[in-house]
Formats: sequence, C-alpha cells, structure tokens
Amino acid sequence: MEESKGLNCFFSTEAILTENLTKVFKTRVGNIIALEDVNISVKQGEFLCIVGPSGCGKTTFLRILGGLEKQTSGRFYMRSRNPQKPLTSMVFQGDSIFPWMTVAENVTYGLRIKGIPPRDRREAAIRFLKLMGLLKFIDAYPYQLSGGMKQRINVARAFVSDPEILLMDEPFGALDEQNRLILQQELLKIWEGSGKTSLFITHSIDEALMLGDRVMVMTAHPGKIKAIVEVDIERPRNILLLRSSPEFASLYREIWHLLQEEVEKAKARELSA
Amino acid sequence: MSMAEEQIEKTFGQVIVKEEKARMQSKAVAGRELLLKVLAFLSPSLLLVLWEILSRLGVIDVRLFSSPSRIFYALIPMLYSGELLYHTMVSTRRIVLGFLAGAIPGVAIGLSMGLFPPVRASLMPMVAATFPIPKLAVMPLILIIFGLGETSKIFTIAIGVFYLVLINTMAGVLNIDEIYLDVAKNFGASRLQFYTTVALPGALPMIFAGFKLGMGTALLLIVAAELSAAKAGVGWMVWRAYDMFDIEKMFVALITMAFLGYVFSSLLDLIERIVIPWKNPKG
Ligand SMILES: Nc1ncnc2c1ncn2[C@@H]1O[C@H](COP(=O)(O)OP(=O)(O)O)[C@@H](O)[C@H]1O
Ligand SMILES: [Mg+2]
Repeated sequence: MEESKGLNCFFSTEAILTENLTKVFKTRVGNIIALEDVNISVKQGEFLCIVGPSGCGKTTFLRILGGLEKQTSGRFYMRSRNPQKPLTSMVFQGDSIFPWMTVAENVTYGLRIKGIPPRDRREAAIRFLKLMGLLKFIDAYPYQLSGGMKQRINVARAFVSDPEILLMDEPFGALDEQNRLILQQELLKIWEGSGKTSLFITHSIDEALMLGDRVMVMTAHPGKIKAIVEVDIERPRNILLLRSSPEFASLYREIWHLLQEEVEKAKARELSA
Repeated sequence: MSMAEEQIEKTFGQVIVKEEKARMQSKAVAGRELLLKVLAFLSPSLLLVLWEILSRLGVIDVRLFSSPSRIFYALIPMLYSGELLYHTMVSTRRIVLGFLAGAIPGVAIGLSMGLFPPVRASLMPMVAATFPIPKLAVMPLILIIFGLGETSKIFTIAIGVFYLVLINTMAGVLNIDEIYLDVAKNFGASRLQFYTTVALPGALPMIFAGFKLGMGTALLLIVAAELSAAKAGVGWMVWRAYDMFDIEKMFVALITMAFLGYVFSSLLDLIERIVIPWKNPKG
C-alpha cells in the first residue's frame, strides 16, 4: 500500500484514490483481465456500493485494496489518519468465521493479533455483542449458530478491529430476504455511528441503494467502471420507507438499465464464441 | 359464541391437536430409540446363547470353537491370579509408549511438512517411498538392530503409528480452507500467530483422525511384536495358547484385546471432545 507516495495527488477529504488500477490473471487458458484502468476516488466516510455481473472483478478490486492481492499495474492511495488503527479490514464473501473459535474469540480476532490483553478483548466482545443482541451466544461455537448469526459475526469481526476503511464482499449474499433486511438495518446503524469509509459489494440493486452514497457499476471482460450513480437519499435511512420513495424507483431503473446492457453483451459474447 | 371466541376456540383447538400429535410423535421416537438400544444389547446376547446351546448339543466342535461357559471358567482364575492383568499391563505399556513414540514425531514432522514447502519437498520422496513397506516386513531388521528387548517391540508399534499420524497431520494442514489464510492475512497475523490461531487448530480434526488410525495399527502390531521373543503380553498369550492348543485361553486373550481396543478408542474420543470442543457432534 503506497500511502505515503504522492499524497499530494489527492485531497484531504478523500480516503482512497485509484489510478489505472489493472489486474491480469495469467492462467493456463490464457490471460484474464480482471480489472482494467479502474479510476475512482472515495471520500472520507463515504459508503460506496459496487455492483456488476459476476466475474467482473469486484472481489479482485477489494482484495487489491485490502492488500491480499497485488495489482499488475496502476497505483492506489489510501489515507491513514490514525496510524494506531489498521488501515483496512475485509468482510469476506461466504462463510469465513473460524469454526475453532467461540463467538467472542472470532469477533475479537483482530484485537488478539494486535496483542490486546484477553480481559480487554472480552470487554470489547461483550460491548459489541450486546449491541447486536448476540450476547447470549458469546461462548457458543459457530456450528451452533444459524447462517444469519454467522454473517453478523463476520461483519462484527471487521468492525471490532476498528479499521479506517471497511471492505465488504457480498456479506449478506447468502441470506434470505428477511435476514438480509434486518442485517442491512443493523449495518447502517453501526456504520452511521462510526463514520468509516466503506466499500460494499452486492449483487442486489435494492441493497446498493439502501446502503450506498454512490453506486459503482462495473462491466465484465475486461472489468471496468461503467458508471457511477449518486444516491441522493437522505440519512438516516429507513429501509422500509425507502422502497416506496420515487427517488428509489428512478435510481433502481437507472442501474437496472446499466446492468441490463451488460447482461445483453455477455449473451452476445457467448453466442459469438 | 361470538366470532372472535369461535376463532380462538378454533386456533386453540388446533394448537392442542398439534401438541398432542407432537407429544405422540416424541413418544414414538423415544420408543424407537429404546427398541434400538434393546436390540443392540439383545442380539449379541442371543448369539452367545446360541453358541452355548450349539456347543452343548455337539453341533459345533468345542475343541475348536470352545463355548461361552468354558471361556468364562477359564477367564475367572486368570482374573483372580492377576495373570490377565499382568499381561494386559505389559501390552498396554508397549502400546502407549509405542503410540507416543510414533505420534509425537508424526505430528511434529507432519506439521512442518504441511507448513513449509521446502521441508515437504525434501522429505516427501522418503515418506512416499517407505510408507508402503508393510511394517511387519521390517520387524526382523528391527530385531537385529534393537535386540530382543522392549525397545524393538515399542519401535515396531511406533513406526506404524508414525506414518499414519504424519500423513494425516500434513493433509490436515494442507486442507485448511484458503479463506482462513486470507482472514489471518487481513488482520495482519504474524507467521507465529498464523500457526497458533489457524494452522494448528485447523489441522486438529485430521490429526485426531490420524491418532485413531494409528491406534488401530498399534493393536494390530502388538500381536506381531509379541510373537517373537516375548515372554508376556496379550499378543504373547495368543501365541502361547496356540503352542499349548489352549483354545479357551486364546479366546480370553482375544476378548482382552477387544476390550483394550475399546478402552483406547473411547479414551481418544474423550480427549478429542476436550481438545476440539468446537467440533459439531453431529458430524
Ligand atoms: N486467483 C485467480 N486466478 C485466476 N483467475 C482469477 C483469480 N481470481 C479471479 N479470477 C478471475 O478474475 C475475474 C474476476 O473475478 P472476481 O474478482 O472474483 O469477480 P467477481 O467478484 O466480480 O465475481 C473472473 O473471471 C475470475 O475467474
Ligand atoms: Mg466476488
């Protein structure tokens, strides 16, 4: 992460800036351009949602920002305002909480890695689980939890490590509609209190509009930014009221058309291949 | 009766019916479980009774197959004199020491082979080449090297346990879901932190599977190890009974072995439950 280099290139209100970020995977069947020339700047405290057809490089983008993958070319900057805090923390797609740790141990894993003593970790776990209504499961193991609870723990683990930037990869993708709505509302609640810059991948337009300040729509093969849509809906948002508002409907249509074009293109590509 | 009351009556009526059904169902389930338990106890008992009757009727040759009562009468004095206990303890000592001598280096080397590709690359050819050799075929060599004492018997068991534990431990580390490596990396875990919070706990279920396989092999090898140059032990009892054509004693030794196997596997299960409390008991 080149946080120090070229800091003057971006304004102090910005948390992330990418410059021609490109990632090529070399595979046996040839090169896959997962990302090509992605340029975006994300404001401090902004909630940016990312949508796009599957395989368009959403996960790859987040993994590069999270330091789990190295870009092939291009650069990105991230501003660290507090060197005591971790810069990024990722919520992974799918089930990623450790089966061998209790709920408390999972939630405070980041603190353990930082060397925070057990007593303080326990306190942090109690505080956070109380907030999420999961206190009675504090010493349970993941096999005793439902899918919705596991996903809450997954998100909580990233929050508790208190990063400056949260990177979330379809955290609610595998949940049923009801759980998804509840978790969205909970996420908004803790996010609004924290002011953390957040990137959130989703395949649901609904979800992107409920959570995001902006929605970044991506195209596949190569993965590029197709459009960035501003979501001018005021906060705090009520997920139930939101759905019936006119702004929501028109934004939904706009993004749907953008994605529709991509789906058509993918179909045409398949037919010609 | 008003509409509302009727409604309540209806719903409650349904609830009661449902509860009654549920109660009957749970009764049926409990009944079935009891039946299964009775069956599990009854069928071996029935077999014993059948064995006894057939041997008394002379349908089966008691000189070859003995009978439950004869085995029982042979067992009692051996229990009283402490003879059986003595042989059991001798074998138990060999099994436990051999198991530890094989399992501890098995875990250590298996972990390092799983974690460090250079270690794996340099040791794998040797492991792959020597693993398929039947351990019994190595016994004469072990006897020549270690002599006729306890060491050679313990060593024979240790080798058998070692390979199974090593291979399972290595596979356990290599099979840890990659997402957990990403999580550790995401939170900035050091190498040491990664080993203690991800690699070791993640490999534990496979390590225990290796222990269980190793214990099975240890029980197999004890008989072979006590065949040659032993003067005590349950395996020795079998061979001794063979020499003396003492079928009852042989059965007593076999029963003792079954018992030993049961005790050791229960013990491993117990330790597993303590060490891996996070394992779903339903699999
Ligand atoms: N480690 C990898 N090796 C090779 N190809 C990969 C790898 N990771 C992702 N890809 C490819 O890169 C493209 C983008 O993947 P990904 O970022 O996971 O997409 P998304 O999250 O949008 O579904 C896909 O075509 C995928 O097959
Ligand atoms: Mg993805």
